[in-house]
Amino acid sequence: MAYVVAILVSVLMLGGSAFALTAAIGILRLPDLYTRMHAASKAGTVGAGLIFLAVGIHSGDIPTFVRALAGILFFILTAPISAHLLARAAHEIGYPLYEKTVLDDLDSRDDKA
Amino acid sequence: MNMFVLNLVLAIIWVAVTGSASLHNLVFGFIVGAICVALVRYQVGGRGYYTRMRRIISLFLLFLYELMVSAWSVAKLVCSPRMELKPGIFRYELRLERDFEIVLLANMITLTPGTLSVDVSDDKKYLYIHALDCADPDGIRRGIADGFETKIREAFA
Repeated sequence: MAYVVAILVSVLMLGGSAFALTAAIGILRLPDLYTRMHAASKAGTVGAGLIFLAVGIHSGDIPTFVRALAGILFFILTAPISAHLLARAAHEIGYPLYEKTVLDDLDSRDDKA
Repeated sequence: MNMFVLNLVLAIIWVAVTGSASLHNLVFGFIVGAICVALVRYQVGGRGYYTRMRRIISLFLLFLYELMVSAWSVAKLVCSPRMELKPGIFRYELRLERDFEIVLLANMITLTPGTLSVDVSDDKKYLYIHALDCADPDGIRRGIADGFETKIREAFA
């Protein structure tokens, strides 16, 4: 039983670290802020979530596990909001989109301030 | 929604009676409360409560699944040697009206494959979404409308 738990915890930790790594690679390789936010918000959330889950299971007691779940929930609530705010602020001050961008509806909106 | 309040009150009473105010005791009290509410649901008249709860849970499971798919597709994209990107911002016409539903939809869109919500128009009619692959915005629009938007409407209507 302890063996099974140990394997599960290590798989979760490796998976979480791999996703955190791809989030970092994405931030380096993607061409503009908007595409970078995709990597930071999605892969970052899942990476942190898996590591939280590994910590919760490894601790073996329920209060720690519940706190780990609360941490995951908090990540899921806050990551999209910060990505949204950064992208919005960038567009508002006119940060350019990647040159291969095919469409920008936000540029021609009629209620623009 | 008052069935939910009743359920919550029962959970709090459970915590008070058992004398342990920990989170897992509250969750357990909530489950016991849900069973009690189930027993009297025809008398109190909240038949929709369980359907709603099931729909919220199914929305949550869909979201978790989409989140995993999304992280996987981003990981695959950034690790491929030649990144094929056709990003763009497209406009999405909202059918949802209440603020918290729009917030929920916007957050879910950000965490699902290839899309990121950038802005909501001031009249709350349109959502501006950045997509990594914007070659077919109508296809993405259909996917959101049939997936999350419909599920959110069903769960909170």
